[in-house]
Amino acid sequence: MATDYAEASALPVASGALRHQYVAFALMVAFFVLAPFVVYPLFLMKALCFALFACAFNLLIGYVGLLSFGHAAFLGSAGYVTAHAAKVWGWPPELAILGGTAAAATLGLVVGGLAIRRQGIYFAMVTLALAQMIYFFCLQAPFTHGEDGIQAVPRGTLLGLFDLRQTLTLYFVVLAIFLGGFLLIYRTIYSPFGQVLKAIRENEPRAISLGYKADQYKLIAFVLSATLSGLAGGTKAIVFQLASLTDVHWTMSGEVVLMTLLGGLGTVFGPVAGALVVIALENYLAQLGAWVTVVQGAIFVVCVLTFRRGLVGELARMLKKPL
Amino acid sequence: MTTVFGIPAQALFGQLLIGLINGSFYAILSLGLAVIFGLLNIINFTHGAQYMMGAFAAWFLLQYTGLGYWWALLIAPVVVGLIGIALERTMLKRLYQLDHLYGLLLTFGLALIIQGLFRNHFGSSGLPYRIPAELTGAQNLGFMTLPNYRAWVIVFSLVVCLGTWWVIERTKLGAYLRAATENPTLVRAFGVNVPRMITLTYGFGVGLAALAGVLAAPIYQVNPLMGADLIIVVFAVVVIGGMGSIMGSIVTGFGVGVIEGLTKVFYPEASNTVIFVIMAIVLLVKPAGLFGRAQ
Repeated sequence: MATDYAEASALPVASGALRHQYVAFALMVAFFVLAPFVVYPLFLMKALCFALFACAFNLLIGYVGLLSFGHAAFLGSAGYVTAHAAKVWGWPPELAILGGTAAAATLGLVVGGLAIRRQGIYFAMVTLALAQMIYFFCLQAPFTHGEDGIQAVPRGTLLGLFDLRQTLTLYFVVLAIFLGGFLLIYRTIYSPFGQVLKAIRENEPRAISLGYKADQYKLIAFVLSATLSGLAGGTKAIVFQLASLTDVHWTMSGEVVLMTLLGGLGTVFGPVAGALVVIALENYLAQLGAWVTVVQGAIFVVCVLTFRRGLVGELARMLKKPL
Repeated sequence: MTTVFGIPAQALFGQLLIGLINGSFYAILSLGLAVIFGLLNIINFTHGAQYMMGAFAAWFLLQYTGLGYWWALLIAPVVVGLIGIALERTMLKRLYQLDHLYGLLLTFGLALIIQGLFRNHFGSSGLPYRIPAELTGAQNLGFMTLPNYRAWVIVFSLVVCLGTWWVIERTKLGAYLRAATENPTLVRAFGVNVPRMITLTYGFGVGLAALAGVLAAPIYQVNPLMGADLIIVVFAVVVIGGMGSIMGSIVTGFGVGVIEGLTKVFYPEASNTVIFVIMAIVLLVKPAGLFGRAQ
């Protein structure tokens, strides 16, 4: 699989080459720390949840070359489990989110185990179909309350210390969760494990001939990606106090592909930028109804035809440094 | 009242009929996907939107030109196929050198645009399309009543599927097509215009989708989103059958439709998911698909 997102993710050879990534990271943190004092925090929290979701998705498409078209299943079902645990069982938010994340991880193990049996285009179709099955399950299962979803989920008190009903407290908790997930993905990409993933992406038969069990690596990456998507979904359920069918529907799977593609496949910061832009766009276009779909489709077409590196990918090319 | 396995025969055969109808659409749509994938190496995500466009073309023809069902059956696939050809010439052809996944992403984007535009204009509720006068009424078969139009859809779909199979497997044109699927460079060296063949193949596959749309128009309502969920089921059908064989697509399409219909009788809660469960089982037992070749 020779793809042109390969170059953007090359291993930084010397430690000096990593320095600008630290700078970029510091800039990103500074932006998110200062932003809630200027921008509506709820909008930023939504963007952060989707940024984590997109980063998790990008781990698969960008670094293993697997296009999952069913990632909404992990986001949405974790949201349901978190919401149910917090509302019906009365769990504190940290346990509820962990429960949702664990559910997504389990689901990821099952879906991933089935999907990695096929490659390329079939992988995308299998993940899409299995996610649709999970959607129908969520539509019919009694605890999800069908079209209504689980509403009025209590935010609670984190670790018994932080009152999450305070918007700014909640914001910094969400930011911390996002940064934790982001750093875990960053660490994974530049670990020996991440190098093997990239080897599998570039030439799977060769990686196998070198003695790597490609399927195991793919499955671990898939479960990790599903887990972090679940973390994003659980957090989102606490933030919006809602778990609904929107988050399990295939349009959501398409949206995360869009964010990652627009930001730059296989770039570290691309999914974050893509998520910010797409969420801002949706906020802006919300009153236009179905035009949102048209605009999203148009971005897909333009990105695929003329802008395959994405926003951050193009920036990285101009700076001649991987971002 | 007669019963089969404790189920009223009327209900059983009724669902079996619906299963065969759905199976007809699965078969035609997955056939189109398989033909397109064979030559273009692209999974055509726009297929569901093109199926919807076929149904709308029939509606437009009746509404604005007064041309009825039979003309629509002929004109809609040609018109939608030509739109498909325009898409292939302007966009898809730029992607053949890239990873196959880009084709999926592009056609997904196109599907969003098309469905969004139709939804803006027509809303989400369906438009009715009447069954042609020649095919109204029903036959009493003794154990069930068979509406004429439904019988026509099943028979006509079978003819279309088998006709396509015959063209691809038994004619010279089909031989070129199969050869180009195996090795396009070599076929080009023999003087066959492969790029033109690719364009026409895409147009043909899209035309099949539109044809299915016209057939569906009198059964389901003409709705901007009628193809959106259907395409995902068809993807599952394609994974179950594998895209290696034309006959495989046809058999899988009808077979899956019938199983889905029977599930509605015996265990209705699972009727939405049964196809995906079958897909999961096939992936475990025979990952290449029932009729697929191992990669």
